Amino acid sequence: MSVAPTEIELPESAEETFTVPEPDVPWMTIVHNDPVNLMSYVTYVFQTYFGYSKDKAHKLMLDVHHKGRAIVSSGSREEMERDVQAMHGYGLWATLSQDHA
Amino acid sequence: MAGQFVPIPGGGAAVALDEVEISILRSLAVQLLELIGPGEEPAKGEDPLAALFAEGPSEPPSDPALARLFPDAYGFGDDTDDELREYAAEFRRFTENDLRTRKREDGLAVVRTLDALAATGEGGAVLKLAPDDCRHWLGALNDLRLTIGNRLEISDEDEGEGLYRLSDDDPRKPMVMAYLWLGALQETLIETMTP
Repeated sequence: MSVAPTEIELPESAEETFTVPEPDVPWMTIVHNDPVNLMSYVTYVFQTYFGYSKDKAHKLMLDVHHKGRAIVSSGSREEMERDVQAMHGYGLWATLSQDHA
Repeated sequence: MAGQFVPIPGGGAAVALDEVEISILRSLAVQLLELIGPGEEPAKGEDPLAALFAEGPSEPPSDPALARLFPDAYGFGDDTDDELREYAAEFRRFTENDLRTRKREDGLAVVRTLDALAATGEGGAVLKLAPDDCRHWLGALNDLRLTIGNRLEISDEDEGEGLYRLSDDDPRKPMVMAYLWLGALQETLIETMTP
């Protein structure tokens, strides 16, 4: 048990503590097309790392190939940084973004 | 045809290689290791643990092939603003050293497995890879193709086109042959690894 302070310290300036809250918009991992990576390899990576079914992995690979990029996962910024790092480990060109444009 | 991986019953993959192929693969893997660099070895007398906490670089590598192996995690083309550049720099400081280590381990596994082979084989030999080494080989083959593809400035328009039609005296021809051969190796290795 503790005693409530009788005097509450006020922040020195209201501005300092006022921060714009991060909007609750998920981050996305985006894989970009490149002319070198084999289609079978990209599918393999999506299956192996994300645990996606062969069909889903294949469809995402085709999206990357035909549309130039595909969203392969979404979640917190921390999770997406982990996914992007893993994609770079496999040699896929990936970025993370919060933009829904 | 030689140069194709086949699955080993019970796990792993095997490929028949002749002496020249072994020597080319080894030389390419060594070149990849030289490109990736030796990593941050702690100086003599320095705490070896310090390397664990050493920060990586903030800037993308200037060599375009290395920049492809270690791309920015934030920003894409013209959309990249100062904030995204700062995010990318921070991400790079905390991840690039680990990424280099992983790619180095892949290349080293290729050299190690080939050397074990050369010690036993006469002329040609059958390289047998355990599942772990299959994954290292897959990574190294992909990094090699990314690197050579970058040097050859391969773009989507080249797919199946110009590359196959180079004249014999074209200086790019040997590299293109190696690129296509590595692609066939990688393709058949993936087949053995895909359930």
